Parts: sequence; structure tokens; C-alpha cells
Amino acid sequence: MMRHTILKVDKLVKRFGGLVATDDCSLEVSAGEVHALIGPNGAGKTTLLAQLSGELASDGGRILFEGSDITRQPIHKRVAGGIVRSFQITTLLPRFTVRENLALAVQARTGHSFDFLGTVADESDLDEGADEAARRVGLFDVMEQIVGTLSHGRQRALELGMALACKPRLLLLDEPMAGTDPEESARMGELINSLRGDHTLILVEHDMDAVFRLADRVSVLVAGHVIATGTPDQIRNNPQVIAAYLGSDEAESVEEVQ
Amino acid sequence: MLYLILEQALNGLQYGLMLFLLAAGLTLVFGIMDLINLAHGSLYMIGAFLAAAFYQVFESFFPALLLAILSTALIGALLERVLYRRLQRMSHLSQVLATFALILIANETIKIIFGAQPLMIGMPASLSGPIELITDELYYPAYRMLIIGVGLVVALGLYLLVNRTRIGMWMRAGASNPDMAAVMGVRIKPLFTFVFALGAALCALAGALLGPLLAVSVGMGESILIPAFEVIVIGGIGSMRGALVGSLLVGMIDTLGRLLLTFGLKLVVDSSTAATLGPTLASMMVSLLMVGVLFFRPQGLFPARG
Amino acid sequence: MNTRFGPSRSAETPLVAGLPGAWTAIAVALALAIYPLIMSSMDEPFYISIGSRVLILALAASALNLALGYGGMISLGHAAFLGTGGYTVAILAKYDVLASWVAVPAAVLFAALAAFIIGAVSLRTRGVYFIMITLAFAQLFYYLAISLPEFGGDDGLPLSARSTIPGLSIDSDLAFYYFVLFTAGLAFVLLYRLVASRFGRALVAIRENERRMAAIGYPVYRLKLMAFTLSGGLAGLAGALLANLSLGVTPHTLTWHQSGLLMVMVIIGGSGYFWGGITGAAIFLLLEESISTHTEHWNLILGLLLLFIVMVAPNGVMSLRERMRARYGANDRATPKASTEKA
Repeated sequence: MMRHTILKVDKLVKRFGGLVATDDCSLEVSAGEVHALIGPNGAGKTTLLAQLSGELASDGGRILFEGSDITRQPIHKRVAGGIVRSFQITTLLPRFTVRENLALAVQARTGHSFDFLGTVADESDLDEGADEAARRVGLFDVMEQIVGTLSHGRQRALELGMALACKPRLLLLDEPMAGTDPEESARMGELINSLRGDHTLILVEHDMDAVFRLADRVSVLVAGHVIATGTPDQIRNNPQVIAAYLGSDEAESVEEVQ
Repeated sequence: MLYLILEQALNGLQYGLMLFLLAAGLTLVFGIMDLINLAHGSLYMIGAFLAAAFYQVFESFFPALLLAILSTALIGALLERVLYRRLQRMSHLSQVLATFALILIANETIKIIFGAQPLMIGMPASLSGPIELITDELYYPAYRMLIIGVGLVVALGLYLLVNRTRIGMWMRAGASNPDMAAVMGVRIKPLFTFVFALGAALCALAGALLGPLLAVSVGMGESILIPAFEVIVIGGIGSMRGALVGSLLVGMIDTLGRLLLTFGLKLVVDSSTAATLGPTLASMMVSLLMVGVLFFRPQGLFPARG
Repeated sequence: MNTRFGPSRSAETPLVAGLPGAWTAIAVALALAIYPLIMSSMDEPFYISIGSRVLILALAASALNLALGYGGMISLGHAAFLGTGGYTVAILAKYDVLASWVAVPAAVLFAALAAFIIGAVSLRTRGVYFIMITLAFAQLFYYLAISLPEFGGDDGLPLSARSTIPGLSIDSDLAFYYFVLFTAGLAFVLLYRLVASRFGRALVAIRENERRMAAIGYPVYRLKLMAFTLSGGLAGLAGALLANLSLGVTPHTLTWHQSGLLMVMVIIGGSGYFWGGITGAAIFLLLEESISTHTEHWNLILGLLLLFIVMVAPNGVMSLRERMRARYGANDRATPKASTEKA
């Protein structure tokens, strides 16, 4: 079954001075799929993610989400529209509790952040949303703990939970497994697997094993340009991809998976 | 009118070069140590007061100048060891507050030691007369020419130091990427102390040189601090070239702006209003220039960081 | 299960620590209302006007605290808003507009407008640049004040009379104290509602991690600009009251020294705590009063004290309570170190 295209990236460009980080990058993502984005170090994966989330302004090309042009939209509009990212380096509010972190994400979605004088009494909407997100990522038992005291793996889970609390339709995950031990990594894999269908995911990940296990389709980014898109099997056997990876760190990982 | 403008241009050059002496130290401390030092002007004041004190002892200008520079450099090095090294690891807010505290302490200490009255430094007798720059038309005080000369020599010296020596290479490395510099084996701690002592010495040089022209008084540090900050933000924090260009720009705008604005305003309003309005408008132009640079080129005209 | 936002049984997080308890607020309000009556009965009218001064600067410091403590915006230019408020009242008075219901709101409005414009430009910059640009803007206001003879130039503008309220006179120290208490009290209630609202919580969270807050959909720039504008407006209110207290304004109100002192008050009290600005201003003024009578070198002592606070207790007096809790409380969860390190 072919589902509709939720995200279309059309000849996107990003320059940093003389360096072209994203070079005529085109990409299509179908609704409900897990779409992995791989490529050698410095291929521009993180830059592309930042352009999709709105953190970086693009110098050319277009981003279409559900058919409408969002290239010039600020981050908060994109989040409201349903595009939310997570970070490679855990980016949380470490001095706050898990509940406070999640509730802030819910608050962003439900609005009222310019409501200066509203009473604090009725927080049930925030609490419900926070509870729901916490259950989803398995943090319900540590709701009242200070985030800075959690283990790395649980912080990674919260990183994902924050994004989920925003009720995204398109999730941009920047190396969710970064720095996790094998057990935590496996749990994160299960979690990502459980999101399939309800959400569309773009997954940037260095753990090739996880990528080929989780992804419905894989796109390979080299020097800011998508050189191939296909199922994990197609990508594994694509000579262009193998050539691109030869000599780079990830070459071994690709071969390993083969 | 032309000679008046020429004379004011020389004054602007002189003011700009003195600003550069302050801005050079400030921009290095800012750029290399990522430290916001509001008390930089206090070192300028301390230098001037020490020069005045030594002048009273020796009754001679140049020994007083030299001693003031050396002792202020020592104070700078000491401050770096005791205080700034710790501040460097703290938040910008803490740095602002701690160096604000230093200003209060320095001002009050100077007041206790030297009293509230301004001090004078006599200029060397041989330089007290004017120099004839253009026959019968343009005379310029010899002492101010000396200041310009010293300023130019120091600017050249700093350029050579930063661009031609090993220490200078470390400084540039430190300003463009402090962490990387540390990893590459630049001995960063002695470098900090050196940079601080150098900055203090330059402050003292400016303070002592300007002593005979201005009254040496408590609070002189604050009045020059703001333009010095404006200079380094305009030039680009950490950039020596930016500090020089920024200083000359600010010096010229301030001095020539005063003259031209006052002159222009006289055509519109009465002359006493013009006389007060002109100088302040010139100062405002400098602030506006900084705001504009920050808005359109946040890294300054000559960014030090790549 | 806890139904309130924020836990009560876990360690205090920055969201909770920054809020006042209701009983404390009532006790403080009562004490402030009785204070001048006691001073009157003891025949110490001087302390009544000191009281007014403390309240006014407490408001000014709390206004800065909203931007600095809650919003993490290190503004070295808040004197500009204090001065704008004061000058608005004085200029209006010069043209015979004395009615407080015109002059005071006008002061707040102009100060808020100034803060909006300055904030809109400054908030596009980061870190030290933000500090420098707010400083430069405040300097512009200072130059403006001293250059225009209309505004009294170097000498400032005297106020021929205090603002008027129909049917009331606030000329006596006692009446003026209550006027200040009422006005500042309203402002403090507003401030409390602000920091306890969803807006306030978003602001604190932005201070803690701006990038994350942007990523989950907060319009960070607009929220910060709003906080900065409100902060400027409240500082303008303090400026209007201050001009009424000292019957005039001088350009000195606009110097960066003044901005620095406001910042010092916030830090002494505790930035990001509701009582921080109030406690800080009170301690500052009481120290100044008591020390200045013994020595003329108050600034030396202030400098040493400030240096001590920055190096030893960078979170101010209000954080002591938390420290005590952390040390003696039953809660053994380690609270991550407060954000005194570089962001």
C-alpha cells in the first residue's frame, strides 16, 4: 500500500559562508513510515534536520508539509502544524522534574503561554498530557524526579517523550540511541517501533544495525545531497552507496550489516 | 575652517589612539578569556593616579610614566591571579557584578588615598609648546603630537606582537577558539596573566599620557569605559585590527562630529543650545553606530571567531 | 497523585522555588501597612520616607528581576526605564499635567514602549552582546536627557508638586507612603500573577533551556520580548513614584551606575525568586542608611560585600532557604547545581 506524501523536500540549499552544507537536497517521506537518514560524518544530516524543524533558515528550495509550503515558517508554527524534533545531545530542563518537563511541552501545544493572569489551579489538562507521554516512554514511575538525576538512558527516553507530548505528526529524531548502552538502545528501538503508523518518523542514526532493523525506507545523504532512497535491502546493495561509504567510518558498519 | 577641521581631525586621531590603548587590552581579555571586565577603566584611572603620585615624587614626567606602567601591570597580573581567573569560570552575570564591585572598590580606595580633588600631572617642559605644522597657518601642541606618535608606535608594536611572535600566535588561537588552543598545548594560564598585565600596562600608558591634558580624577575610568566597549563591539570582540579601526572610527566621529554638528546646529538653533547639543549628539552617534553594527553585523566589523 | 503543576514532595525546582507562599505575602503586606503607624507613634517621620524609598526600589528591582531573574535577560540598561518613568511625570508636570491618573499610566506606557523598542532590537543578540547593547541604549537615553534643555539638561527637572489624586492629598510623608504601598502593592500582585501563570513558567523554562523550549513550540522571542516590555513598564512605574518621592528627576537616574545598582539589589536578594528584588532592595537601602551614617566610604563596603556575594553566594539571600533544606531536609535527592556556570 502506498500512502500519501506527508513531507516533500524540494532542492533545499543551506550555505555557511563558502561551504554548501545542504546542496540541492530533495526527499519525499510517506505518511506513517520510519524513514532513516544516513550518511558519512559531515554529510549534512544534522543541518537538514535543523532546516526541517525551522532552527536554520534555508537559502534556497522548498519544504512542503502536507502540501503547504512551510519553508519560511518559524519553529513554533511548524510545531503547531505537527513537526517536532528531538536532539542528539540531550537537551532537557535538568533542574526540573520529569512532570514539569513534559507539562511544558503540553502547555506549548495547548497554548495559553501568553495567558499572564490565568490561575494555576486547573492544571488537569497539562497533567493528563504529561501522564500520557510519560506512560508512552516508560517514565511514569519517575514523574516527580529531577531530570538531572536520571540515568542517561532515561534522559534519552524523556528527550523522545518531550517531542511526543507535542503530539507530532512528523517526528525528527536526531540519533536517539546516542550514548546509550545495548540494553537502553534495545528499549529505544522498541519504543521507536511502537510509534510506527501513528507517527511519521525521520530517523538520523549512526547505529546501522538499528537503522536497517527499524527503517521502512532509507535515504543516503552525501555532501548535502540525497544520492539514493529505497528499502533497507535496496540500499544495502546499492553500489553508489557502498562507494560513498568506502573509506569513511561507517563503511564497516554497512558491510557488517550486509 | 579647513584648519580647524584639520586640527580636530588630529585631536580625533589622538583620542582614537588613546581609546585603542584601552580597547586593545579589553578586546584581548574579552576574546581570549570570554570575560566581561567592567573594571578595565579602573586600571586606566589607577594608572593615571599612580603616574600623578610618582610625578609628585620625582617631579619628572617620563620616570613617573614608566613606573606607573610597571606598577599597574603588576596590579593587573595580581588581579588576574587572585580574582579574574576564578571569574572566568563563572556566568556573565557574575562577571558583570564582580567587576562592577571592583569599580566601586577602586574608586573609593583612590578617594581614600588621594582625596576627592583631581590631581595634575605636569607635562615635560620641552613639549609644552606648539609645533608649526603648516607655516603660519596650523600650529599643534607638541605634547599632543607626542601622544599621537606613541599611540602609533604602540599600535605597530601590538600588531607585530600579535602577528609576528609566538605569544601573539597563542593569543590569536585563544581568541578564535580557546578550547582548541588549550588542547593544542597553548599554556593558557600564563597567557591569561600576560594578557591581563599587558592590558593593564596599556591602560596605565593611556591614563598617564592623558594626565597632563585632563584632570586625573575619580570616575575618569567610567567615562572612557563606555566608548572603549563600543569600540570593541564595533570592531569585533577579540580582534586587534577591529579594535584599531573601531577606535579611530569612534575617535573621529566623536571629535569631528562634535565640531561639525555644533557648527551645523548653529545654523538652526541659537549657539548656546548648539554648544551643548553638538557634543551629546556626537556621543549618541557613537552609541547608535554600535547598535547598528550589533544589529546588522553581530560579530563586529572584523570578527575574530570563524 | 499530585494534581498541581509541580511536585510538592520532591526537591524544589526553579519553578516552585520562585513562587511566594500566600501566608508570607499576607504577613508582609500587614507588616508594611502597620510600619508607618509605628514610626509615627515613635515620632520618626524620617523612617516613613525611607520606607517609601524601600518600596519604590523594591518595585524597580522586582521589575528587573522579572527580566533578569525569571527571563535570564542580563539587562545593564534598566535605568533607562526607571528614568523614562520619572521624566514622563516631570515633563507632564512641567506642562501642568499633575493628575496621577494621567501621569502614572503615561509613565508606565512610555517606559513599556521604550522597553519594547529596545528589547525588539536587543533580543536578537546573545550573551555579552545583549549586555552591551542594553548598556548602549541606556547610554543613549542618558545623552538625550543631558542634551535637551527642555528636560533640564545636566540639572534635571524639578517637580513643582506631587501628582494629585482627586479628593486626597499625598503631600504628607505618611499619605505618600500609603499611596506608594497601594500602587506598588498592586504591581506586586500583578507580578505574582505573572510569574505564577503559564507565561511565567514558560519564561523560567526559556531561561533554563531556550533551544528546547523553541523546539517544543514556544515563540521564544515573543515571550522574552513580552517579559522585557512588562519589566520595563513596571520599572517605569517605579520611576514615576521615585520622581514623586524626591520631587524631581536628574540624569543621574539614567546612568549605567544606576542600572548596576538595581542589578546588585536583585542579586543580594536572589534573582529568580519572587521576594528577591524586594529583599535585596530592603537590605541594600538599610545597609546604605546605617553604614553611611558612620563612614563616607559606603561604596567601598558595598563593593566588598558584592564581591563576597558573587564569589561565595551567587544566588542571594533567598537561596539560603533552599540551601538549608538541601542540607537538613529529609530529601536526599541531589538537586543539580544551580545555573551559575556559563550557559
